Parts: sequence; structure tokens; C-alpha cells
Amino acid sequence: MNKYDAIVIGAGHNGLTNAAYLAKAGLKVAVLERNPHIGGATVSRELYEGWYYSNCSYVSSLLRPEITRDLELPRHGLQVVPFGGGATFMQNGDHFGNYSDYARKYREISRHSKRDANAYERYKADTSRQTRLIRPFLLKTPPDPTSLKLRDLKDLVDFAKPFINMGEEGLLDTIKFWTTSVGDYLNEYFETDVIKAQHAGSGIIGTALGVYSPGTAYVLLHHYMGDVDGNVGAWGFARGGMGAIANALSKSLQSFGGEIICDANVDRIIVKGGRAKGVALKNGDEYHADIVVSNLDPKRTLLDITDERDLPKDVVQKAKNFKIRGSSGKLNIALDGLPTFDGLDPKNPLMAGDLHFSDSLERMERAYDDWKAGTWSKDPYVDMMIPSLTDPTMAPPGKNMMSVFVQYAPPKVEGREWTDEDKDGFEKSVIDQISKYSPNFRDLILHCETRTPREIEAEVGLTEGNIFQGELTFDQLLFNRPFPGYAQYRMPIKGMYMCSSGTHPGGGVMAAPGANAAREILYDLKRPNTVPGSYADD
Amino acid sequence: MSAAERKTMLLTTPFHSRVEQYCELNDWGAWQGYTTPNSYFDVELEYFAIRSTAGVLDLSPMNKYRISGPDAQAFLNRLVTRDVSKIGVNRVGYAVWCNDAGELMDDGTIFHLAENDYRLCSYMRADEWLEWNALGFDVTINNESDDIAALAIQGPVSCTILTLIGCEGLNELKPFGIARFDFEGVEMMVSRTGFTGDLGYEVWIDPSKAEALWDQLFEKGRDYLIKPIGSHALHMARIEAGFLQAKVDFVPAEIAVRPGRTRTPLEMGLDWQVDFNKPLFNGRAALLKQKEEGLRYRFVLLDVEGNKPAEHSFILKNGKQIGIVTSAAWCPTAKSNLAFAQVEMPHGAVGDEFVAEIYYQRELQWTRLMAPCKVIDGPLFNPPRKRQTPAPAH
Repeated sequence: MNKYDAIVIGAGHNGLTNAAYLAKAGLKVAVLERNPHIGGATVSRELYEGWYYSNCSYVSSLLRPEITRDLELPRHGLQVVPFGGGATFMQNGDHFGNYSDYARKYREISRHSKRDANAYERYKADTSRQTRLIRPFLLKTPPDPTSLKLRDLKDLVDFAKPFINMGEEGLLDTIKFWTTSVGDYLNEYFETDVIKAQHAGSGIIGTALGVYSPGTAYVLLHHYMGDVDGNVGAWGFARGGMGAIANALSKSLQSFGGEIICDANVDRIIVKGGRAKGVALKNGDEYHADIVVSNLDPKRTLLDITDERDLPKDVVQKAKNFKIRGSSGKLNIALDGLPTFDGLDPKNPLMAGDLHFSDSLERMERAYDDWKAGTWSKDPYVDMMIPSLTDPTMAPPGKNMMSVFVQYAPPKVEGREWTDEDKDGFEKSVIDQISKYSPNFRDLILHCETRTPREIEAEVGLTEGNIFQGELTFDQLLFNRPFPGYAQYRMPIKGMYMCSSGTHPGGGVMAAPGANAAREILYDLKRPNTVPGSYADD
Repeated sequence: MSAAERKTMLLTTPFHSRVEQYCELNDWGAWQGYTTPNSYFDVELEYFAIRSTAGVLDLSPMNKYRISGPDAQAFLNRLVTRDVSKIGVNRVGYAVWCNDAGELMDDGTIFHLAENDYRLCSYMRADEWLEWNALGFDVTINNESDDIAALAIQGPVSCTILTLIGCEGLNELKPFGIARFDFEGVEMMVSRTGFTGDLGYEVWIDPSKAEALWDQLFEKGRDYLIKPIGSHALHMARIEAGFLQAKVDFVPAEIAVRPGRTRTPLEMGLDWQVDFNKPLFNGRAALLKQKEEGLRYRFVLLDVEGNKPAEHSFILKNGKQIGIVTSAAWCPTAKSNLAFAQVEMPHGAVGDEFVAEIYYQRELQWTRLMAPCKVIDGPLFNPPRKRQTPAPAH
């Protein structure tokens, strides 16, 4: 009883994906979830009757299409519906509309600057070049650059080839891109504040860095490298909310005979003779398996549920030093109608896209200054969506559900824990911000769920509420993720693995870490691989 | 502009004043002499309206023939390969028809409006063929294509929206059923039919009420995210649903020039449409002979590896060409790479594996891709809501 071939800790999307591929290979697998519901940060809940909130992650683009197809997620109920464009509302009453149709986008940029409309073409080509470089590596294990194993050497050559093919100038551009700030990157193309601000948002979301911090250009790429049906950079909603992704993954897992056990709070990984042997729950129950996979972030995995004495000291140190800083919060709001925004026709399709109020890099950088000072931003950057304008199942007819991702919110307020008063203050700053641009917004609010890093950490278990399970800076990417020497999903304890967003290729609802880890586990078990390869990109 | 004033300019449909307002991209195409939108605002989003909310397509240009009289059923039974007597009053049936050589001419739908009263909707114009076939039958055939305005409302909330404009109890209507409602004092006919493979309806009304119908649909449907859709979005949905299209997936016999380019219904996977129990219908003898002697080709659906649509691809077996692809698309809801192909017999049994020789172009360069593919027994997109009665609310 309670004996499995593999145990996966945490029923987030990566844990479910990992378990599905192990089960598909014939392993007897159980996923243990501490909450009464599955999904982790890929979840939707009816917290106000008739309204469904995707409490944490709220849009989908990175979910690997190879996995969606291979695990037959559409048959298990998943439908991802793209949305078109978005807008940034300006302090002067105007707005910038980020139309998905190129001809209209050109006209709209021209309305602000003809020169920028032209420069956009160069921006798009340069950014696409970087996107093409990274996409083929998402469903691959990062090669170890210090290893002399044939497998690593071969992968390293594959990894280096596209870089070499770029030529000297391309390579220099790439090195610069991977290390520069999103602000500096955008300044090389655009002259108009609002156009820079519209594009800079993707460089800071989920990151405790400002638009002028080095490394944020890569974060922009992280938001551009996904796709919806091959439209690279497009984003969409999972019909029924992000929880539909976790639900479809769980059905796929179960179709292969895998089990999911909720209300199973793991206390520690059982290690005997240097080998993982299972897990013990907080209630004393034990589950035994020779393979234990953690979908918790690297800190929780190595510092909370693993006995430090079972680990090499350098790994404990690396886990302690892993950068996973809280930077964001979220408001989920039930609305009695449709909020209107100055200057934008409520019927405009942009209303169904991502909406923002930060119209300059300057304002975005000031918002970051507040975070550095240990408080939430007084003039916050928001990534605001009204999913009920795309998906009629999110709210009753004529009503709306609004998801407001907010940056910045510090993990601690002036060095101390968040209090309920702090949370109210944070909520007020966001609602005030939206109300400045939407006269009817405040009166439409029926219910609001506010989540600071404190709530996100307490419920989902993301350390400091960091949505990516660790900063996406170059020192923590590819063969550096989570730390050098441990980027191939294997932990120093034999039979123990990590499959979370804290591993390559990082956060976002991608399912790639879970799949990549499964491939490595099956390799170690000398079992046939069940994980699909990447689609040829072009 | 009236039809007379437009002379030989493309005609506009009874919905044009509204269609024009919504056609933000000004992307117009020709359909049976009418100008209709290829796309309104974004092809992808229009497609997703069909699959997630409700998409509205102006299908007024569709060829519509009224066939009535004491011999209406006998005439249709002679014309098409299926048994028309099985289509009850207030029911719709899919049908295909052949020439005497058993070559496929067209496919369409037969609406059984009342006793001895039918409407045939066809892809190709059929005035002449219907007239010839009427010889000896006591029927009246009237081309009513320009006399009826029609909209397709397709998608998960289509039933809910139509109920709001007065189609009380529509959710009880079974697939291929017909119901009638009053709309501002005129009769509005609603059929649970469509070309999307989804829950959906087609609404038929007098042209004088077309604009009012559009206005009500978009007003009452706003909260349910109703969107207009153009022909490009419909094209994506019909491939995903596995539906054939004349002139794309087969060459209508009447217009085929080169020898051997026509196909029989048996070769197009339409054997379920051919009822040899009927003593006589166009093409019966030829089809029976083919059935006994064996087919030349087989129509198959292919699940193609990778994400490159196998458009215009050759289908290979052991390096030898054994077939061609007629329609192909990445299916955004099913997340599958689907291709329709005609393969030479004896190939094409479910489970057979081939290679699709795909060519695709990026920045002028053509790439040749050899993608493994497999014959499947039906499209992967097959939602329960398309069959459910009562129809779900969303």
C-alpha cells in the first residue's frame, strides 16, 4: 500500500505534466497536492457566485503545443482562445492601441509617430530573431557546458550552432540583448513614450527589476516566445479559466493510470542510504517510491522538505542564495457591468486585450523605486484583462470578470510582514489607479480578491509569491537554472528530481520543465522516452 | 444601390448595410455574384467566435432552389443518391448527386419544408441540371437564391442568443431539425444546420427583415460576445470539422475538363450517402458497377505530425507517390494538423501510415518537409454540444 514507482510533489501544471509522461511510460505514479484542489498557480475558482477567477496565472501562450497535442488536452476539455491586442491609456486622455492586425497597428503607431511606425518593423525583425533562437531549446534539457559526456557535448554543439550561424554582428547583438535592459533596448527603436511603455511591460512582469535594470530585455523575450496556434507572441485565455489547463492535464494523467491525491501536505522527502525512498506527510502518512519529483520551487524543495544533512553543503548554499523575489500582486474583481475607458469605444476589440495605464518608462521606473524602498507602488504598473469579453463562461451575461496583475508589490513591507492594513492600502492604490481612467469602474465592483505576495505564498506555496519560481535573469537561466551543475533536473540525492518552473526553461504556464524532467527520469530508468520532441521552428 | 443600378457590379446581400459597418478590414471577396467579407476584424478571432461564443455568417448568396409539386420527392430521389423519403417534414438532410456516369456533381442540403415542398441548397449553380432532370416529373423548380436572406449563427452560445430574439424552446430542436418563429410579423425559419461542426443554426427570412434581424442578433447577443465572421474563418472551421467542399476537395463533374479528374461518391468516403435500395437514381448503375469492380481512390483524413499544414502536398508510401492533399489546416481547437487526401487504392485503411511531402516558404526560401502521417477514422474535433438536445446554453 502507498507504494509507487514515482511520486510527484505538487499538482501544478508541471507536476501534472511530469506525472503524465511517467505514467504514459508505464510507471505507477501518484501526485501529492497539499491543497484540496489541483492546479497550483494554474487554477480557477468560483470565489463569488457566478464569477470564475483565474487567481494566479491568467493568460496562456507558453504552454508547449507539442505537449497539448501529445497529451490530447483538447480531448480532455482544454480550449485556448486568443485575444487581440491591448491598449495603454494615457494621462492626457489619449491611448495607444496595440492592434493585432498589422495594418491597423501601423496606422495606430503612426498616429503617435510615423517614425516609430516604421521603426516597429525593425524592432519586430530583431526581436523575432531572438525568439527563433530560444524557442527550439524550450523542450530540451540544457547541456552541461563543463561535462565531457558524449550526450552533453553533442547537445552543446547543437546549442552553439544557431549562435555561430548568426555571424559576428548577430552574435554581438545577441549578447547585448541578453544582458541589456528593456528600456535601453526599446530606446534604440522608438521615440514615443507610450509606445516604449506599451512594449516594456513584458520586460518586468513577474520580475523584481525595473525597466532600466540589465537583464529585463530577456524577460520581454520570455513573454514573446510563446504562441497560440503558431502565431508567435500571441496570448490567449483558457476557456473556463486557467484551471482548465490543470484539469485537462489531470484527465490526461488519469487516462494513463496516474493518481492524484489532494490534501496531502508533504513534510519531508524520505532518504535512506543516499537514495530517495518516498515522502512523509505532515499527518504522518508515508508514500514510498524510488523516484521522488518535486514541483516545488528550489528553495522549498531543498530547504523545506529535504533534510539539509542529506545534501552537499554547496547545494544548500546555492538554494539559499537562489533569487526568488516577490514583486507582484493581483486583484481579481467581479464587475456588475463593463467598465468604460476615456477615449476607447467599449465595442473596440482592444477592450478584450491587455490594458495598461503606465504611459512612460519614467513612470514604470518610479513604480520600481517604491519596491526598492520596501513598499507597493503608488503609481502601479498593471496588466489588466477582462477575460469575460472573450470567454462567456467566466461571468454571468452582461457582467464581467476582471483580472489585474499588479507590479510592484514587495515580499515584505519596509522589512516586516504584510498586514491586513497593508493589503487594503495595496488594493486601494490599484483601484484608485483604474478609477482615474475609468469613471464608472468603482461603482461596478461587486467583489474583489486581493493577493499580495503574502497570500500567493501562503496558498500556492510560491516563495515570496514570485510567479516564475525564481528570477529570469541570465545567471538563473538555461544551464544556470536553478544553479550551475544541477540544471538537468537531477538533484544530488539519487532518485530525486525537480520539475518545477525553477528549472529550465523557467516560469509561465509552459509545462516544459515537467516534460523535460520526465524525459531525464525515463533516461535514468532506461525506459523508452514518452516526451515529444520540438516542432521544427522556422 | 438597387440590383438593377449595380448592373454587372457584384451584388450586395440584404444584410450589406450592416455587414459593411462591421467589416473593419474592408476585405471583400466574391461569392456567387455577391460581395461578402473574407474577414471582418481578425480571422483568428472570428474563427474562435465560432468555437467559443457565436459567429454570424451572411450566407444569403447560397444557391437555393424551391422544389415543389406532387412529384417533388420522387424527383429528388431520382436526383440524389440518398433516400429522400427518410427526410421527414421539418427535417434537413445532407445529399450528394451524380451524373449518369456516377461522377460526383455537387453536395448540398435538402430542407423538407412541408408535404411536397422542398428546398435544395447547393454549392454549384444547378438551374440547368435541375430543369433537365425534371422532365417527366410533376414539379415546379424555382431559383429563390435572391429571394431569401440567410444567416448562419454558429457556436456554443448560438442557441442562447437565438432564444433571446424570440426563438422560444429552440434548445429542444434536434440536429437537422427545422422550427419556425415569428419575427416582427414575418415567418423566420431556423434550422439546426451549419458548416462548422459545432452547435449552430441557420436562419432564413424575407429580405425586408434582414437588417432588423441582424440588429436584434447583435444587440441581444452582445453580452454573449456575438461576432460577425467571414469566409476565411468559416474555411478554418469546416476543415477542422472534416467537411468536404466542392471545387476544393473534388472537381464537380459538370466543370471537369481533364480525363480522370472526377470522383465518385464511393471514392470520396460518401458511400453512406448512396442507397442502392432505391431502384433508380442518377449514376446508380455506374456506382453499382464500381462497387463490384473496386474503387480507384479512397478519401482519407490524415493526422499529420508537426505543425506545418500539408497544403497541396503529395502523399508518399515507401517513397512512391500514392495520393494528393486537397485541404489541410492546423486546427486551432483540436490542436491537430489535419489533411484531407485522395489516395490510390488499396491504400487508405484507418491506421495506414504515409509520408506527406510538405513544401512551405519562409522569407522566399522553400523548405521540403517529409512529415509522417496516419489515416484516422474521423476529425479530432467532435464536441458533444453539436449533438446534444436540449442544446447547451454555452
